[in-house]
Amino acid sequence: MTRTLVVAGHGMVGHRLVAELRAADTEGTWRVVVLGEEPRPAYDRVALTSYVDGWDAQALDLGAHTGVELRLGDPVVAVDREARTVTTASGHTETYDALVLATGSKPFVPPVPGHDLPGCFVYRTIEDLDAIREAVENAKARKRGRAAAMVVGGGLLGLEAAKALRDMGLSPHVVEMAPRLMPIQVDDGGGNLLRKLVTELDLTVHTGTSAAKIEPDGDRLTASLTNGTELDLDLIVFSAGVRPRDELARAAGLAVGERGGVLVDSACRTSDPAIWAIGECAAVEGRCYGLVAPGYTMAELVAGQLLGKDGEFPGADLSTKLKLMGVDVASFGDAHAATEGALEVVLADAVSGYYKKLVVSPDGVLLGGILVGDASAYNLLRPLVGSPLPADPAAMLAPEGASGSVGVDALPDEAGICSCNNVTKGAITEAIRTQGCDSVAAIKGCTRAGTTCGSCVPMLSKLLDACGVVQSKAVCEHFTHSRRELFEIIKATRITTFGELIAKHGTGTGCAICKPAVASILATIGTTERDGVHVLDGELASLQDTNDHFLANMQRNGTYSVVPRIAGGEITPAKLKVIAEVAEEFGLYTKITGGQRIDMFGATVDQLPHIWKRLVDAGMESGHAYGKSLRTVKSCVGSTWCRYGVQDSVGMAVELELRYRGLRSPHKLKAGVSGCARECAEARGKDFGVIATEKGWNLYVGGNGGTFPRHAELLVSDVDSESLIRYIDRFIMFYVRTADRLQRTAPWIEEMEGGLDHLREVIVDDKLGICEELDAAMAKHVENYADEWRGVLEDPEKLARFTSFVNAPGAPDPTISFSAEREQKVPVLLGVPEVVSR
Amino acid sequence: MTTMQTRTVVVCELARLIPGRGVAALLPDGRQVAIFLTASGDLYGLSNIDPFARAAVLSRGLVGDVGGAPFVASPLLKQRFDLRTGVCLDDESVAIRTYEVHVADGVVHVNP
Ligand code: SRM
Ligand SMILES: Cc1cc2nc3c(=O)[nH]c(=O)nc-3n(C[C@H](O)[C@H](O)[C@H](O)COP(=O)(O)OP(=O)(O)OC[C@H]3O[C@@H](n4cnc5c(N)ncnc54)[C@H](O)[C@@H]3O)c2cc1C
Ligand code: SF4
Ligand code: FES
Repeated sequence: MTRTLVVAGHGMVGHRLVAELRAADTEGTWRVVVLGEEPRPAYDRVALTSYVDGWDAQALDLGAHTGVELRLGDPVVAVDREARTVTTASGHTETYDALVLATGSKPFVPPVPGHDLPGCFVYRTIEDLDAIREAVENAKARKRGRAAAMVVGGGLLGLEAAKALRDMGLSPHVVEMAPRLMPIQVDDGGGNLLRKLVTELDLTVHTGTSAAKIEPDGDRLTASLTNGTELDLDLIVFSAGVRPRDELARAAGLAVGERGGVLVDSACRTSDPAIWAIGECAAVEGRCYGLVAPGYTMAELVAGQLLGKDGEFPGADLSTKLKLMGVDVASFGDAHAATEGALEVVLADAVSGYYKKLVVSPDGVLLGGILVGDASAYNLLRPLVGSPLPADPAAMLAPEGASGSVGVDALPDEAGICSCNNVTKGAITEAIRTQGCDSVAAIKGCTRAGTTCGSCVPMLSKLLDACGVVQSKAVCEHFTHSRRELFEIIKATRITTFGELIAKHGTGTGCAICKPAVASILATIGTTERDGVHVLDGELASLQDTNDHFLANMQRNGTYSVVPRIAGGEITPAKLKVIAEVAEEFGLYTKITGGQRIDMFGATVDQLPHIWKRLVDAGMESGHAYGKSLRTVKSCVGSTWCRYGVQDSVGMAVELELRYRGLRSPHKLKAGVSGCARECAEARGKDFGVIATEKGWNLYVGGNGGTFPRHAELLVSDVDSESLIRYIDRFIMFYVRTADRLQRTAPWIEEMEGGLDHLREVIVDDKLGICEELDAAMAKHVENYADEWRGVLEDPEKLARFTSFVNAPGAPDPTISFSAEREQKVPVLLGVPEVVSR
Repeated sequence: MTTMQTRTVVVCELARLIPGRGVAALLPDGRQVAIFLTASGDLYGLSNIDPFARAAVLSRGLVGDVGGAPFVASPLLKQRFDLRTGVCLDDESVAIRTYEVHVADGVVHVNP
């Protein structure tokens, strides 16, 4: 007989319960109904702050369930224990055999006068962040200097919120009642350093005080603190702790904890045997847990009980690590040395900016610790809590990789590696040894380790190494070789087709991963060692990703964008005019890109050759926005016009862009040239960046933007133009030959044995004796360069491919349509697609 | 031969297809079929519409095999569809329509 489980709340813990039950209930003994208050399915609240990076809610998705009735945006408002029913706000009623409360908690807002004025926010849901974002935008639109915000609460969450506000361009004030930041996790020593570090991040810290009142001031707010400080603000975010949402339980007459929370026993059962409570709303034997890992443990425990398995809540690891980029803070175990007889070992250096403390028992067992400024030892230390320290405390605190530091080998099997999902070292090594997990992805699939906050992923990789697993660099299932090895093979054997390569060195017919990778290698070798090759010549055409196949970037509705090269960002009015005319004539959306050029969107396949004919006739050429190849060399205006400039940065940028254009590489390559140290071209955010000096140029390598921004590092300084170009030639050729598929220059250098120093030895000191060859290869590339679009326009066979329908050339694609926004066109996606239901 | 021509739609000459790539054909009623020639010489027809991205783009995807199963990967978000069955290899609850394709006298035809 099927019974009905009703879950109130679809947050992280409710989601885990349902996922766990559905996976284990193979017989289908439970019908599962989830009633959630938020308008969307559960998402990764732990990663909420990352939402501000792209405002992409999809990125926080926790994965959909199958076989679950999900009713969202409709909270449970009453529980009738007699009748075993719950009723929602909309009046919907469900009868349950088992009810699980997973209602989480709500932010605590101190009852300061004015706390409910417009401009006051909390920080818990995607909707909260959307509201904050809107307020920030409104504040910026009012343009009164830099917008300011106050965050009430200097704990873990308050600092996260402050960092998010700073990233949105505000100057945040953090107000904490306790005498130090993160009072629960760190001690005074750690707190002092933490304050210094976050102040450097542009936060203003007020400790030992609190908000006394908030008053409106036109469209802004004024906050008065108890120490007399007055702050002029655009918005306020309360992050002063949370309160369990036990209101349903209270109304239904269930017992609640002394400090709130639905009171449950060690099996998470409430005073009513048909009702459980899990996650932040539960007070397990009177104690609430504000972290996700204990909630997941409770979810797994209750899923087990619903299927007839007994169990008990084992207590929880309350370790925490602040997730702010740039400020390392971690605290674990008995951080405040509360254990009788505990000893503290402190290592602090205010100049280098770290504070590290270990708490040990008199017989050398690690009890806990605090790390501020450098938390690299956290991953290793946290799992060791409860075990004797395997080495001298000072060695344990040395940065990872430093001599004397201790490796994963030292951890006992029972050491927890993934605290979010309670996975031990033993369970992971077991999965590696007996279940054949040979990659981080496989371990994630098998054990769930690494799937929540991700902070344990480096440890997973180390455990694979420690188990002797050589992590595969194979390109895909068709080749056991890495990209670098394929490059060597193709170069040495002079193989010129994918067909021959896969027949001799691979298996099967290839796929969407290996084909473009090999196409790129064949193109690079074709232009740097032979007489040049067009990326759409012969078999190469069949290997290219769609963008390369049509020499344009496909957009979400199947149309393309067109980006002519505008080297160094320099363009004549005449060419600007041609771009404007072409865009008007073909009805294209136009936008200035982040790479100092102009992108025209919304061209159909059929239009591409006609558009390019116009551009090529006007002296323009492909900008390779579609290729894994050189994109742009950004420039600042430099010495020609700028009063500070010391070299001609535009001239150099144009020269570099024209030199390297078209070269196919493992990933895209970007560069910048600035005319002086003010760095207006943001050259250090590029794969190679050049900054002018009084004496010549400084060359920096290995920078990028993107998800993990990196600053490029100095390779050589004060070199003349000729040497600069020689070093860049070698840098690029060495990268193109040896990097992995889709590896930008920063991770390539990082992975290189010897790192930047080794790179310098190779391309400056010629330690490997390959410089002559690298120089010759680049010279050949420069000599062979030809515009790809001109190549298409001159070849009827290639041109014929630019059509929507082979059987109806010239017929427009009927699925493409546009609407208008801000006076330009934008794509409209198809309604219901042609899907066969299964 | 004559009966076949009335029941099928002519796509193009077989020689126009590049092994490992696709082309799109427009049916008289406005539907679009993506037609692929694999490296091993097999021909397949699928609906041209990517149901995830909601755009008519599948003919422009790359063809490959995974464990022997021939597939096309959508050029937009890279979901792979089995060329034989239309089933999405990355989410088996989704499948797209398949079309029968054959060659007669060196010309590719699709059965609408
Ligand atoms: C058009 C543009 C946005 C804009 O309107 O400004 C853009 C658009 C795209 N970017 Fe970008 N990026 C653009 C400048 C940038 C910049 C800024 C810059 O170049 O100075 C960055 C950060 C710098 C960097 O790359 O280090 C940037 C970092 C990325 C990344 C992350 C790269 C990384 O290594 O993490 C991706 C994703 C990727 O390549 O895997 C990406 C990917 C993309 C793709 C190709 C996504 C896609 O696959 O559809 C977008 C399509 C381009 C198109 O034309 O259809 N784009 N993208 C910019 C084109 C510049 C140009 O003129 O060529
Ligand atoms: C910004 C931020 C950062 C965080 N960082 C970390 C971290 O680094 N590490 C960590 O361990 N934890 C972190 N947390 C805490 C973590 O998110 C929570 O511990 C976890 O989400 C608790 O899960 P839950 O399911 O119990 O509650 P929630 O995720 O809050 O879900 C409860 C759900 O129930 C709904 N609900 C409430 N009442 C009802 C009702 N009557 N009917 C129906 N639905 C209802 C709520 O709307 C909500 O959707 C962070 C939290 C935030 C906000
Ligand atoms: S980087 Fe220097 S030269 Fe270039 S614009 Fe800025 S101040 Fe002027
Ligand atoms: S510790 Fe968070 S995912 Fe492993």
